[in-house]
Amino acid sequence: MPVADTWMEPVERTPGCSKPDPILVADGVRRTFGGLTAVDVGHVEVQRGSITALIGPNGAGKTTFFNLLTGFDEPDEGTWTFDGASVAGIPAHKVARRGMVRTFQLTKSLARLSVLENMKLGATAQRGEGFFAALARPLWSAQEKDVTERADELLVRFKLDHMRGEFAGELSGGQRKLLEMARALMVQPQMVMLDEPMAGVNPALTQSLLEHVKALRDDGMTVLFVEHDMDVVHDISDWVVVMAEGKIIAEGTADDISTNSLVIDAYLGSHHDAPLTEAEVQAQLAEAEAAIAIEEGRADDV
Amino acid sequence: MLLLALLFATIGVLAGGPNASAEAAAPSGTSEGGEGVRGTFIDKKGTRAPGDDVPLVDVEVVITTTAGDEVVSGTTDEEGIIELELPSPGEYIATVQLDTLPEGVGLAEGAEVRPFSVDPNDTFRLNIQFGQRERETSTKLDQLPQLVFKGVQFGLIIAICAVGLSIINGTTGLVNFSHGEHVTWGAVAAWFLNVDHGIHLVIAAPLAILIGAATGALTDMILWRRLRNRGVSLLAMMIVSIGLSLAARNVLQVVFGETTKAFRDFNIQIGHDYGPITAVPKDFWLIGIAILALVGVASTLQYTRIGKATRAIADNPDLAASSGIDVNRVVLFVWAAGGGLAALGGILFAVGERVQFDTGFKLLLLMFAGITLGGLGTAYGALVGSFVVGMLIQTSALIIPTELKNVGALVVLILVLLVRPQGILGRAERIG
Amino acid sequence: MDWRLIFDTALTQGFGPQAIVVALAAIGLNVQFGYAGLLNFGQVAFLAVGAYSIAMGVDTFGLNFWLCVFLALLSAVVLALLLGFPTLRLRTDYLAIVTIAAGEIIRLVLRAGSYRGTTGGAAGIQNFADDFFEINPFPRGSNGIGFVDYSSSDLWVMTVGWGLVAASCLMIFLLIRSPWGRVVKAIREDEDAVRSLGKNVYLYKMQALILGGVIGAVGGMIFAIDRQSIVPDSLGTQRTFFAYTALILGGSGRVGGPVVGAIVFTFLTAFTDTTLRELVENNILDKIPLLPSDLLVANEVGIAVQILVGLGLMALMIFRPQGIFGDKREVAISARR
Ligand SMILES: Nc1ncnc2c1ncn2[C@@H]1O[C@H](COP(=O)(O)OP(=O)(O)OP(=O)(O)O)[C@@H](O)[C@H]1O
Ligand SMILES: [Mg+2]
Repeated sequence: MPVADTWMEPVERTPGCSKPDPILVADGVRRTFGGLTAVDVGHVEVQRGSITALIGPNGAGKTTFFNLLTGFDEPDEGTWTFDGASVAGIPAHKVARRGMVRTFQLTKSLARLSVLENMKLGATAQRGEGFFAALARPLWSAQEKDVTERADELLVRFKLDHMRGEFAGELSGGQRKLLEMARALMVQPQMVMLDEPMAGVNPALTQSLLEHVKALRDDGMTVLFVEHDMDVVHDISDWVVVMAEGKIIAEGTADDISTNSLVIDAYLGSHHDAPLTEAEVQAQLAEAEAAIAIEEGRADDV
Repeated sequence: MLLLALLFATIGVLAGGPNASAEAAAPSGTSEGGEGVRGTFIDKKGTRAPGDDVPLVDVEVVITTTAGDEVVSGTTDEEGIIELELPSPGEYIATVQLDTLPEGVGLAEGAEVRPFSVDPNDTFRLNIQFGQRERETSTKLDQLPQLVFKGVQFGLIIAICAVGLSIINGTTGLVNFSHGEHVTWGAVAAWFLNVDHGIHLVIAAPLAILIGAATGALTDMILWRRLRNRGVSLLAMMIVSIGLSLAARNVLQVVFGETTKAFRDFNIQIGHDYGPITAVPKDFWLIGIAILALVGVASTLQYTRIGKATRAIADNPDLAASSGIDVNRVVLFVWAAGGGLAALGGILFAVGERVQFDTGFKLLLLMFAGITLGGLGTAYGALVGSFVVGMLIQTSALIIPTELKNVGALVVLILVLLVRPQGILGRAERIG
Repeated sequence: MDWRLIFDTALTQGFGPQAIVVALAAIGLNVQFGYAGLLNFGQVAFLAVGAYSIAMGVDTFGLNFWLCVFLALLSAVVLALLLGFPTLRLRTDYLAIVTIAAGEIIRLVLRAGSYRGTTGGAAGIQNFADDFFEINPFPRGSNGIGFVDYSSSDLWVMTVGWGLVAASCLMIFLLIRSPWGRVVKAIREDEDAVRSLGKNVYLYKMQALILGGVIGAVGGMIFAIDRQSIVPDSLGTQRTFFAYTALILGGSGRVGGPVVGAIVFTFLTAFTDTTLRELVENNILDKIPLLPSDLLVANEVGIAVQILVGLGLMALMIFRPQGIFGDKREVAISARR
């Protein structure tokens, strides 16, 4: 706790400010879909051993940014380093093996595998995952036992141990979120990137999840998470990065952010809760069409 | 779609090119009791005019079992007729002995070997197309304009067949492996109207297109919409479409028979030389109709409300659904349009060549090559890709044997996936 | 109607060499589709590679039969690499498209007159498996077991064939309960999730494609050896979908599924085929009022069976995707996602 509490004091409160000990540094990362610039991040650093929240209105580009950093999508341009080494252009599974593991906004539980199997899948460097070694059980049975033990411990921590033998597809939405997070921890990463981990998890469980996340930081892990609930953000994050329309528009502690007028504008400017009127439907159609047109224009140049 | 059909009708009326009446149907099996094989070998001198036909005398044919054992052999008489008796019903292979053919007469590569099966008390009719052996004087490059011309025609036809396949994929995510049968069905429906019911093709074709559109809409209503609503996975749906393809193709084989058939109208036309190319009038009409149809498709997508909705759904189904577009209605429209276009494509193909129960299935593989090249799920990509594939298939005849020309297109398919998997106009997909 | 004949034929075929071919093709598909979720629509290409490696190796190139068996397996690996390399990074529809095309390419090339000297063209190649039958331990003549009756060479093919089926199943059983199997099944469920956990998804998919293809090629070898003959037109695309039907019938994603499925499938098709032939031969259909007189003629029986298989595949996929013996729970789960 003490270390984590002090590092942000001297850090500037400007977008792209530098941190004392960044584990992740991204530079000039841009991703466009046709005419739409989903991500355009000039410079951003994530402090090692911190809990950093990435917030922003819907469609700000948070998920896309995650996808780019973890190798699930390719940027138009940009470089980034993880733990000092460049990971740009590296396939997703290698990024994960380097210690940067992400979860997905739309939960990806492996439905027809049991909860335990889901967990065991997360363990890295399993000998039995080789084709030929798989045929000879003695080669991997001891390791399998260790993996199972570790999985069981985590399941207890995440209150999923009673579901151990069930198909993951039978879990509730919130339980799947938990499973996905626990499974990511089986990789034993240096950094976890959680895309809306609390969405759909009931408030009581959210509290204990928050404690887990804090505990991860205390173990020395770096956490970057996307969250829409400002209470949660206030509660656990050391640092907050705000994205809007692909760009990073503000950085600071949760308190700094909640008074930042830019941030408030960004949120209010694109708020949409009322049902759509016919005119808006037409507008959206036109928008989609414009996107298509631009895209086709672009494709013609290729 | 109706517009298209009308268009086709008017153009057809105006066309009225020199169309000879259909050839008299071949007389049915002659022998009674026992099985046999019979054929008349005639050198047509590369023309359709009966005046210059020459019977091929003393050509030897050997019949073997599928295991390669010789059963019987014989030679043609002075009228070019050969008749052989077979010991029992079953599968055989007839081989024309190439060295017994007269000087200057040739066969397409591989056409001399002909597997066939014969039923109890039936006579198999051995039809073999003889032609001029390739003239040594015509260099390969001289054929290029002709091949390009054929390529334009073929490419347009594949494009028409494939647009529907691609839009259906774009809007529903389904790769419909039974699309080829929609193509065959269009041509077969037109054939029945035209030949069985004596309706002129100019009327029969638009009717068949309507039938095709209705069939497309029906398959969506009866089958695909229900599967979508039940949340059946795309993987499972693809297998369902394969089952449908297998069943439908065989049903078509039963109702239409195994042989290739031509329409009664526009069947035989006299070719003219236009500079370096030789063409019959219908070649130009096919190209004209195809281009008009494709322009029609493009303007529908571009300017009509339903066309825009279609593109919106293909672009982002969730967004489109949440913005109030009735997805089911659009998809139904897409299936109807896809079925109608497939029928049109099948008819155009059959006018140019002929139609067989598996014509559409063979074209399907070329359509796949086309839409993958263009970008799976995009409408304009399908047009461009299919056109390129058609052109490629025809011009590849310069370097590879004609019987293997489709293989070239499929090799291109694999190369495209290696270099630019999203195709010419496609784009990468979303991960969330 | 000769019911005895119908049952004998169906039963004989249900355990005979043809069922073995379907079983091996379906076991291969089970690895690819049932476990890894790969849509290989060109299993027949692997059958062709197996069959023709032996036929061409022995007949055209005069190689030793057993060397050809080895070459067949090697060729199947190469084919899987060729098909997988461009497609396995993409959505699985691309694999389906490329494999169905590859099946047709191979058939077209094999029957092309241009290469007749090498491939035998449309007439195919015959009598290349003498070395295999030379070591047949069964006495000549036919051997009855209960209802069924097999020739000595059939028995030899069946002994080896079912042996290979058992060996493949054992291997898959071992693989699937290992961590390797866990990764492969997880890929079927959601490959992005597996990638996010640091697994090289592409590599596993390739391994599954190769394994399934090699098993398919073994099926192709049995196919060719059993008849001592191979013609390209016996390798049409429908053969792949017969195997799919068998697989889904028996239950995809379980070790024994494809084997049970193949036996049941071959039994049912043989049963239907013989019954229809009997009906036609005894003119029974004509006696039923309301049926058109030319509803079915003898040469259409094969076609009718294919129609039924097509419809059966659709119906299975829609109403019982878990197969005839499957567990409803798994299906409910996959529908919930
Ligand atoms: N594959 C894609 N194709 C086209 N547009 C895309 C794609 N992926 C994302 N986008 C667009 O990029 C923008 C950013 O999307 P992204 O999912 O990153 O937002 P987000 O910040 O995660 O939003 P949310 O809070 O709703 O999850 C959106 O406008 C989205 O429509
Ligand atoms: Mg998001």
